[in-house]
Amino acid sequence: MNKVKCECGHVNPHGTVLCEACGNILDEKARQGKLLDMRYEGSARRSQTYNKTIIDRIWNFFSSVKVGVILIVITLIATAIGSILPQVSTLGQLPVPAHQYYEENYGWFGKLYYFFGFHDTYGSWWYLLLIASIGVSLVICSLDRAIPLYKALKNQRVKRNTNFLNRQRLYNKAENVEIDFTTLKEKLKKKHYNVHIDNGNLLAEKGRFSRWGPYVNHIGLIIFLIGCMLRFVPGFYINEFLWIKEGETLAIPGTDKQYYLTNHEFIFEVYDESDGEVFRNAIEEKGMIAKNFQTNVTLYSAEQSLPGEEPELEKIKDYEIQVNKPLKIDGYALYQSSYRLNEIASMTFALTNKETGESYGNITIDLNNPQKKYDLGNGYGVELLDYFPNFQMKDGVPSTASQDPLNPAFAFKMVTPDRPEGERSFAAIQQTIEVTENKYKMEFQTAEMVNYSGLTVRLDNTLPVIAIGGVIFLIGLAQGSFWQHRRIWIKTEKGGCHIAGHTNKNWYGFHKEIEKILSDTNIPIPIDQKTEKNQEKE
Amino acid sequence: MAELSSNLLLIAFVIYLIATLFFGGAIRQKKGMDESHYKNKVTLSAKIGITLTIIGFIVHIGYFITRWIAAGHAPVSNMFEFITFFSLMVVGAFILIYFLYHTPVLGVFALPIVLILIGYASMFSRDITPLIPPLRSIWLPLHVMTTAAGQAILAISFIAGLIYLIKTVNQAEATRKRFSLELIMYFITVVIGFIVITSTFSFMNYEAQFEWVNKEGELSTIDYALPALVGPNEGTLLTASKMEPLVELPANFNTSRVNTVIWSFIAGTIIYILVRLITRKRISQMVQPLVSKINGNLLDEISYRSVLIGFPIFTLGGLVFAMIWAQIAWTRFWAWDPKEVWALITWFFYAAFLHLRLSRGWHGEKSAWLAVIGFGIIMFNLIFVNLVIAGLHSYV
Repeated sequence: MNKVKCECGHVNPHGTVLCEACGNILDEKARQGKLLDMRYEGSARRSQTYNKTIIDRIWNFFSSVKVGVILIVITLIATAIGSILPQVSTLGQLPVPAHQYYEENYGWFGKLYYFFGFHDTYGSWWYLLLIASIGVSLVICSLDRAIPLYKALKNQRVKRNTNFLNRQRLYNKAENVEIDFTTLKEKLKKKHYNVHIDNGNLLAEKGRFSRWGPYVNHIGLIIFLIGCMLRFVPGFYINEFLWIKEGETLAIPGTDKQYYLTNHEFIFEVYDESDGEVFRNAIEEKGMIAKNFQTNVTLYSAEQSLPGEEPELEKIKDYEIQVNKPLKIDGYALYQSSYRLNEIASMTFALTNKETGESYGNITIDLNNPQKKYDLGNGYGVELLDYFPNFQMKDGVPSTASQDPLNPAFAFKMVTPDRPEGERSFAAIQQTIEVTENKYKMEFQTAEMVNYSGLTVRLDNTLPVIAIGGVIFLIGLAQGSFWQHRRIWIKTEKGGCHIAGHTNKNWYGFHKEIEKILSDTNIPIPIDQKTEKNQEKE
Repeated sequence: MAELSSNLLLIAFVIYLIATLFFGGAIRQKKGMDESHYKNKVTLSAKIGITLTIIGFIVHIGYFITRWIAAGHAPVSNMFEFITFFSLMVVGAFILIYFLYHTPVLGVFALPIVLILIGYASMFSRDITPLIPPLRSIWLPLHVMTTAAGQAILAISFIAGLIYLIKTVNQAEATRKRFSLELIMYFITVVIGFIVITSTFSFMNYEAQFEWVNKEGELSTIDYALPALVGPNEGTLLTASKMEPLVELPANFNTSRVNTVIWSFIAGTIIYILVRLITRKRISQMVQPLVSKINGNLLDEISYRSVLIGFPIFTLGGLVFAMIWAQIAWTRFWAWDPKEVWALITWFFYAAFLHLRLSRGWHGEKSAWLAVIGFGIIMFNLIFVNLVIAGLHSYV
């Protein structure tokens, strides 16, 4: 492609608007304007220059900030719509199919919401596609601008074309001035400018690194997005849940039985008077306010064992898992996520003669592990025919509503020496149903209660990548936001001088700074041509 | 200590009120208001105004510290505490911008907004609440305070943008812009209406309890602090001799809150109509002369600069710290909780704003509209999402 040679002798890439070296205006259109468009220093951007192949077209499409903004706005709207109704993923186990749930609860709106897939906005393919498009746009926009901008700033010379200077927003000129460059240099240096003087021309520059801020933060975002995608790589992300009751030792799911955990105690505390007088009003108004959820555990590592063999446990440590204080081991974290208080762990019944009240022994049924047969000796025994953890009568047939032992019920067969065939009895809490008139009954004795702790087990190896992306993003954001790139040019010509200033933002502070530097010199203070232009309009 | 804390807040409120008057006086004087904004002369009235603001700010900090001592934890754990802290940060951001740009006119708008915020906060329960387990973390102050600081600086961008619009939108022609600007004024009046109506009935100790059937079909009770215009699903009034509801709403709604919203609009509309009748002017038209002399370019720069300072701080507090804490407390750094979603939307919005400004050249009026809308999203997240779309963040 044709290179463009400027009158100053510098050879610019095809498509350059402002000569990289002297700032001379190479584009006819730009010459017409009163002020220059200084974005990207008028450098040649690929997207503005080529439009031939499909790759050019795709490149051009994604390199447009307009397209980028449109993508952001579409994502913004989709994100907002997704927050109108609860997402299906937050609803847990639904009693009815999801489409029915949305229609029943939210009417025609819920039906449409489901129909258009907004019930799972953030997990849908089109949402991921939007985010991915923003990612592509980030990369292409950055490459399209950062490289030419870098070249333009690197190639800039001290001596600038007058056409460039008098089209800057801050500009002034004067005839017959003698400039004391040595004092001026000192003054500029005090304000942390890098000063270059070349044969009666001056370039003072500071904060160029802030121009790289946007590109740095975009790199951070890309790393962040890559980190989020790594989740789908096997081994990077494990999400399990462990219900463990007090006194129990279980393998931690997701760890390949490498780690075991014992739950010694689950602690649930609420605020009371001892927490101070200041909270009294709040506690009275709200009733109970939870203070602490805690599981006291011991963590073990296990030697690799053969299937069926008892694992050999080696204690690693004792720990108190609390909300905000997960137990961490080897990349895994165990979080206090849930609990169930006072659940029936076991129930004890006595085989009893209904008439005499004589008891032939107790059986204790571990609800987690009910046995088929309980032998009481001397020919007495009980068979457990059926067990319903959460008993209900549905259409005249006993069934269970769930697997949680909320309302346990049992179908027994009582075998005694005088009734070797056995008698059948059905025992639920506070009721006994008999099909035939029985001689014996199962009399409820006691129930043992236990607390369950619900722990989330999570391994997330994407976190370091995400954290690095986040940190780079923040650095880039601060770099581009809190600093600004300021330049002052002075050109002496035919005994007079031109002075121009440019900053990428915060003109007010820049103008004040120039005023201060130029006070007590004979150099004219630049005038804000933009304000003047506005005044003309008014 | 808790009582001292409340008194300090009240004192700060009064000082801000007086400071507003002085800033108002400052912009009435012709001196120092010429176009050459690089040589602003600060008037005596403005000096008194900013001094009072700083004193108010210190007293306001006094409220915050004493409440912290009383509660034993950072007082940023419920609506009242968050909004009072947010208003403190708005004052801080205003003081910062004032010393960068020496613009008393900003005070004429920023301080009344602060007064409205403190008034709004006081309508929520002022009890010191103990922290529930998820909130007991060092990240509570880190996350909430950083977010509030970022949002407060973005609020300054809104205020500068609003002044810009009041100055530039032509009041002589019935345009969509004029209507939208007046709509913003109307919404601010509705918030004032909310404060007036709620404090009136609270002063009269109004309370009505209803029994109603909730979404799960269970019997439940609900308290009303305002007379019920809309009642709960199959509700029966339990309190004697109180107003019976005019309409009954389905069980999906928190009717007490809907009722409050309706009352706020009624009260706000009445106040708005009264102002219109008395002054015979639109509110934006009424304030326009106050700001006609201020330099538009300067306002534009203040608005943009505030976004540049506020956006990174908001990102740090509202997204980064939020994610770190969520990873620790909720087991995952992102849970698509409504509040989180709206923080992301806010972030997207300001990101779009910055791109439009940097690359599409949206300066001046367009930029001012965006600053106003951005703050609208922040307020939506604070008010609507917290009160209506309850999620993991509903610590009201």
